Amino acid sequence: MTAMTSVRESAPRLAVASLPLLTLFATAVLAQDAAPAAAAAAAAVAPTVDKGDVAWMLVSTLLVTLMAVPGLALFYGGLVRAKNMLSVLMQVLVVFSLILVLWAAYGYSLAFVGGNAVIGSLDKLFLAGVTKESLADTFTATVKLPEYVFIAFQATFAAITCALIVGSLAERVKFSAVLLFSVLWFTFCYLPIAHMVWGAGGYLLGKGALDFAGGTVVHINAGVAGLVGAYFLGKRTGLGKEKMAPHNLPLTMTGASLLWVGWFGFNAGSNLEATSGAALAFINTLMATAAAVLSWSALEALLRRKASMLGGASGAVAGLVAITPACGTVGVMGAIVIGLVAGVVCFWGVTGLKRLLGADDTLDVFGVHGVGGISGALLTGVFTAPALGGTGAADFSIAHQLGVQALGVGITVVWSAVVATLAYLVVKAVFGLRVSVDEEREGLDVAAHGESAYEL
Amino acid sequence: MKFIIAIIRPFKLDEVRDALAQAGVTGLTVTEVKGYGRQKGHTELYRGAEYVVDFVPKIKLEAAVPDERVDVIVDAISEAARTDKVGDGKIFVLDLVQATRIRTGETGDDAL
Repeated sequence: MTAMTSVRESAPRLAVASLPLLTLFATAVLAQDAAPAAAAAAAAVAPTVDKGDVAWMLVSTLLVTLMAVPGLALFYGGLVRAKNMLSVLMQVLVVFSLILVLWAAYGYSLAFVGGNAVIGSLDKLFLAGVTKESLADTFTATVKLPEYVFIAFQATFAAITCALIVGSLAERVKFSAVLLFSVLWFTFCYLPIAHMVWGAGGYLLGKGALDFAGGTVVHINAGVAGLVGAYFLGKRTGLGKEKMAPHNLPLTMTGASLLWVGWFGFNAGSNLEATSGAALAFINTLMATAAAVLSWSALEALLRRKASMLGGASGAVAGLVAITPACGTVGVMGAIVIGLVAGVVCFWGVTGLKRLLGADDTLDVFGVHGVGGISGALLTGVFTAPALGGTGAADFSIAHQLGVQALGVGITVVWSAVVATLAYLVVKAVFGLRVSVDEEREGLDVAAHGESAYEL
Repeated sequence: MKFIIAIIRPFKLDEVRDALAQAGVTGLTVTEVKGYGRQKGHTELYRGAEYVVDFVPKIKLEAAVPDERVDVIVDAISEAARTDKVGDGKIFVLDLVQATRIRTGETGDDAL
């Protein structure tokens, strides 16, 4: 057994240090001090910006955008009834857009700029002081990214996380309620959790929690908020009596496929540099997802005699969710095992567990993102071990790391549940959460948006 | 005049149409419909949700025919649409009170 005290130095996303001043200072030293020793010292720390990294991170940011619009929107849209198609597309589109703007206004500063163990500061409110020349850290001390790239990349993470929650509320929630909830939950839940996991001095970062691309910050976080919302909203009118089957599974397949493609930006992009670390995250994203498609489909074939397309697509998303925290630190065989497990556990999440919970989580955000996220976060603590093909240090302790991972999961679940509860209470008092039964029967497309998806 | 309504299996439509043409039927209206009789529907499973779909897709075929042709035409439909399994469908014959060809104003058998 390895020592309990030794934790591998995790490779978390580093927070941005405001380095332009340092760069200027170094340049000044170079210019003014001719002493060779001083010049060499300055040159050794001079940060470089690699064009390959910049290109990769711009593409990654695009890919995460592709995940949300149209990927997530179509994935969700195909799963609802035809009369609610546009409402779901619109909720995803507008929540994504809203959070992007809030990210620039105050989100980035509160998540990634200075602050304490729980929350960042307001030093870069409205991106104050950020210029074309300002730089953000990567995992390599001497390699930097333009800060704008890092801000944009992280903006898409925050925005898609809030858009994910829409799936739990679909088919009965008021549009205004979705928007107000998103603002509140983003501000009081996403930002502190993101800061604790990824920000400089963040509490969970300090504990050594491994969350490479956001299993806790994005998926557990959104899954719990969605589940709480499903309890608050109550069940859809007619649930269990009327047929509420997906209206267009080919669109769901299209969305799931776009999610898979986009997820390479999410996971491999989280490496922040176009290096072998990105390659590891990339191949793990490929393999874990494929494994989860196979395990979910095989399980359906065994238990129900038929493997469904929706099952295959759900398996893909489950695998993607589960490999998210692990993709940068586990080996490829570990990734495949994580994928296989995710397909099985998330199948239970949308069937047995869903019945136990009794909430009408419309599109199974908790069953897939919550359950898959928790499984992935815990398994990261197992398969990062070098003995299991991971990149952990020689003295990596699975038992210790599992404890740290569980702490991260626990804090996220409780924090998200508490903030979501308060936020839903506020929204309920301000706008009300649900549309009227008549509007629900008519469908949210016409009732909330004044248009229909299909003219037949 | 009689009005024939037949419910048949969708994949049998082409055979029935050919048989009716041979039996001298000059016009036909076809609708895609759903319904249930003795044939069972199926179960659909979407993740945790299970739905029993009772209504089976069928073709409804309608034709107006002269009285003396009814038996031949009903036989023709029966022959062409039969598979000997539950779900082959049904044929209904109704009395038809009046028929008018809109273009010429002809009525009765002349309009068929």
